[in-house]
Amino acid sequence: MNAFSAFLADSATMVRRDFRHTMRNPLTLFNAVFVPVFVMFLMVHVFGGAFDVGADYVDYATPGLIIMTIGYGIGPTATAVNSDMTTGFINRLRVMDVSRAAVLNAHVIAIMLRTMVAIAIIIGVAVLLGFRPAASLPQWLGAIGIVALTVLAIGWLTVASGLAAKTPEGAGLAGVPLMLLPFLSSAFVPAETMGPGARQFAEYQPFTSIIETLRGLLSGTPSAGPAITAVAWCAGLTLVGYLWARRTFTKRA
Amino acid sequence: MVGAMNDSAIAASGLRKAYKDKVVLDGVDLDVRTGTVFALLGPNGAGKTTTVHVLTTLLAPDAGKAVVAGHDVATETKAVRAAIGVTGQFASVDDLLTGEENLLMTADLLHLPRAEGRRIAGRLLDRFDLAGSAGKLVASYSGGMRRKLDLAMTLVGKPRIIFLDEPTTGLDPRSRRTMWQIIRELVADGTTIFLTTQYLQEADELAGRIAVLDQGRLVAEGTADELKRRVPGGHVRLRFTSREELDAAARVLPGSTRDDEELTLRVPGDGGVRSLRALLERLDTHAVEVGELSVHTPDLDDVFFALTGHGNKEVSAR
Repeated sequence: MNAFSAFLADSATMVRRDFRHTMRNPLTLFNAVFVPVFVMFLMVHVFGGAFDVGADYVDYATPGLIIMTIGYGIGPTATAVNSDMTTGFINRLRVMDVSRAAVLNAHVIAIMLRTMVAIAIIIGVAVLLGFRPAASLPQWLGAIGIVALTVLAIGWLTVASGLAAKTPEGAGLAGVPLMLLPFLSSAFVPAETMGPGARQFAEYQPFTSIIETLRGLLSGTPSAGPAITAVAWCAGLTLVGYLWARRTFTKRA
Repeated sequence: MVGAMNDSAIAASGLRKAYKDKVVLDGVDLDVRTGTVFALLGPNGAGKTTTVHVLTTLLAPDAGKAVVAGHDVATETKAVRAAIGVTGQFASVDDLLTGEENLLMTADLLHLPRAEGRRIAGRLLDRFDLAGSAGKLVASYSGGMRRKLDLAMTLVGKPRIIFLDEPTTGLDPRSRRTMWQIIRELVADGTTIFLTTQYLQEADELAGRIAVLDQGRLVAEGTADELKRRVPGGHVRLRFTSREELDAAARVLPGSTRDDEELTLRVPGDGGVRSLRALLERLDTHAVEVGELSVHTPDLDDVFFALTGHGNKEVSAR
């Protein structure tokens, strides 16, 4: 078996393992799917009536909720990466000559698959609540693209923070900022309605440009400005996460 | 020196490793013959795990050379990895997979054909008495079962040399005996075992040769008996049938310690054949009748203390 097909086979094995983890850890599924659905109910059905954003609120909030969903699915991966490191599981893999890339990529691929499924469910629920996206097929593809780039960036940051954390419990905290940051973005209300400080923060943090891009695409009115910023953020964060993960893996394993 | 030993499974010379200014390995030389059990004995922090990591390609030493299964660990990593199996200090099994899935995953990672993987997994589950729990999540396994599964995963690749880093730490006495039995069976099949332990009894039970590691340095090496002979504390105990015989013996053997209650005399000595013969001849010459004679060699606890100059809490507690 040549190195590349070995790498593909090992990646597939590791992804299968992560998939089983997801299916067997009720908390993972609960966090990844039910919490975002609940937040959606809360924001759209409970609070949403009081928000005036100049559009149907479910159409306004769904892009933000889609991005927010990513943050809810990653905690278990950070924990899993960390316990692989601290229990010597990674050492077992290394002695079996499983490549570093296969081990780390598999986690990112697993996050990607899990998150995409969760997002599909969220979109389904949003449609039930009245979400009517106006996107054309290319715009949908663009929307999927920006979501995938965001998951990639967050996935690598998650793997890196899981590798770097001292304990699995500490690693589990990795997802917390990602769950909270969307609240300080234009996910639920436009940034210009926020108080000073929060407003500037919301305008310049990565989630706002990503959510604005997604919102533009889904409503059929994309604009290049936020899209360029969003793609740049994703590329930058992916690179940081990837290099951080690689470096930590080499140093600690 | 390293290349010349062709029945060496593991040969290392001058291994050094330091983290910042803390020296972990301070020039370690090892030679483990094929098909034997070698125990690296030492307290926590002696450098046992670091030694295992260097020998198993997980860690590059700062200096020194190690040849495992005939391949240099620094330059022929792949060949070394193909020949060895490692069971780490903590059971590195996957809690959210079943016992069988853990083994099948290992077979997949070794790129074995699916059918062969199943066959090997089934055999290992039977052999380690895990077949009844094969379909249960490992999270529900006991400590002993996890260790067995851990070792079974190491065996999927049929390694010729197995490294066991503290394989019984934290196990109850019964699981420990089971593990020892498994290790003995592996050796009987021709596998070379490199074992680290903080338990003197374990090294004594399993290993042909023992090296004592203390603060990154080997302070002694040999068979358990050789090590025991190296330290003072050995003696010959003579038991007599009457007080008169005891008195007579005490007179001709100065330096001995008598116990009037037990009618015994404790004569310091290494218990070697020569000194024993001299002792018996002396008693014969003076016509002292001995009821019973026993030779006491120090146990490895004494050895450890004598060699390292400091006690080993974990060891003496056992």
